[in-house]
Amino acid sequence: MSNLVILPILLPLLIGAVLIFFNKKIVLARVITTITLLVNISSSTYLLAYVYNNGTLILETGNWVAPFGIILVADGLATLLLVTTNLIAFACLLYTFRSLDSEREQFYFYTFFLMLITGVSGAFLTGDLFNLFVFFEVLLMASYGLIVLGGTKAQLRESLKYVLINLISSILFVITVAFLYSVTGTVNMAQLAERVGEVGQSGILTTIAILLFVVFATKGALFPLYFWLPKSYSIPPTVISALFGALLTKVGVYSILRVFTLIFVYDSITHDLFIWLAGFTMVLGVLGALSTNNIKLIIAYNIIPAIGFMMLGIGVFTATSIAGTVFYLLHDMVVKAALFLLVGAIIIASGTSDLRKMGGLLATHPLLSWLFFIAALTLVGIPPFSGFIGKLLLLKSAFEEGYIIIAITGLVTSLLILLSVIRIFIGAIWGKPVETNKKVPTSLLLPISLLVLLSIMLGVGGEYIYPYVQQVADQLIDPSNYIQSVLKG
Amino acid sequence: MEIFMSIVSGCLVAAGVYLLLQRQILKIIIGTAILSHAAHLLILTMGKLDRGAPPIIKDGITKYADPLPQALILTSIVISFGVTSYLLVLAYRTYNENRTDNMEQLRGTDNE
Repeated sequence: MSNLVILPILLPLLIGAVLIFFNKKIVLARVITTITLLVNISSSTYLLAYVYNNGTLILETGNWVAPFGIILVADGLATLLLVTTNLIAFACLLYTFRSLDSEREQFYFYTFFLMLITGVSGAFLTGDLFNLFVFFEVLLMASYGLIVLGGTKAQLRESLKYVLINLISSILFVITVAFLYSVTGTVNMAQLAERVGEVGQSGILTTIAILLFVVFATKGALFPLYFWLPKSYSIPPTVISALFGALLTKVGVYSILRVFTLIFVYDSITHDLFIWLAGFTMVLGVLGALSTNNIKLIIAYNIIPAIGFMMLGIGVFTATSIAGTVFYLLHDMVVKAALFLLVGAIIIASGTSDLRKMGGLLATHPLLSWLFFIAALTLVGIPPFSGFIGKLLLLKSAFEEGYIIIAITGLVTSLLILLSVIRIFIGAIWGKPVETNKKVPTSLLLPISLLVLLSIMLGVGGEYIYPYVQQVADQLIDPSNYIQSVLKG
Repeated sequence: MEIFMSIVSGCLVAAGVYLLLQRQILKIIIGTAILSHAAHLLILTMGKLDRGAPPIIKDGITKYADPLPQALILTSIVISFGVTSYLLVLAYRTYNENRTDNMEQLRGTDNE
């Protein structure tokens, strides 16, 4: 039974490797990738149900008993994120068939795509800090391949910066693991949590914790380390931007969530720091979104304030706020993917990414326009959509704990986010139709509809999903669950 | 010995950071390579530089060298080797397409 845990990592890895040999046969590659993802969705959903009913599932690879070997831990949070990741990947895959040029598709797109899923799944499932670094590298390697796919001037220029910034943060990660190993003598997360709890979090451990936070904040695009994100996420083809925006930064957030609810929970200075940084991240990110007329860049900038909201939940650190963070994480993955794909469709429809040169899509593309409207409302957090539930939990917990200023900052940021997406709505969808408006293939709207439907279900069916999220938050707030299930007392 | 190795590692970090702050792409890449060397040296140092038998269980031997840092370094070396080679190719292509290897000129504009 516990061998099932490795399937979501192993399957895309193997299939991705096999597809290297069939790169010219696009139809075959499409079919195989679709089947792979369907198997992945069903197996991870089964895993989610199993873990919800029977508790955390552990796989000790190669029969090395924890804490000596690398272990995979499928707990509530990991499985929930796994299912979401695979659903989003499936929608992006459907979008790829009609939107990506065949030259890029032939150039190993599907291999990179599956390797990206491998890395993301592995990062969610691993229970070992150094192994987390390895899976980070796997997903980064895949993303290096995807971001430069096509090799245009701008792509090469931005990829170089993207690779460099990620390389430097990876080196920092290795250095941090070395420090942590010298202080605690282990890299297994559960054992780390146990030992840090035993000796108390002294100054040196807090320093290491903040260094680790800097690494994850670079990957997750927090203030002041988000400067690389908007440009490099808006340069590649839309479907790749959607994958990056939905998955990559969220892995950084997941790592912060895992490490700072499990290992470094004994010193409140880190969590106070998170609240400050969350405020700055929200405000500056949304100001960036208001500053540009390139619609892809507007959506890329909108990733940043969302990360701020999630950090707010980790900083407040009560059961309610962690539940809010987890819920917001799920919602944001879905809605960001949907928005990127929508913006891609809008760019195809109007033939430009410049807001000032578009207009009148409501007359020519009604379905696209209404989908965009719903996705925009979801992003901002208008009830009854999914953004509302996450934001409600986060702001409620912030008010309860007395963080009034940050809660008000969050509310103001939501308004500014609304302004930034409504600018797209007014510029591209209202107004007189421009002559350059082209037809969008209907098959592009199918994956977008799927994602929008998923996010509506997250919102309207909130009461069915919330017990899972609540259980995950309860598990996270009390690290002894995790430690006991890994080390078995 | 650990103190000496830590200082060496620190010097490598300093050299790497100095190179990262240059304008030519190639110097920056060499800087990242030196930085990763510093990180590897640090892992080795942090695992305590004590002498002992290789970590294979035999009768009559009680003192073993710590195998974990070695495993970590091997993994990390392979990754940094891969990324560095990728970066070199990327830099070459970037230079060919953009006709410059100066980071100052690789800024880009808003609407592309």
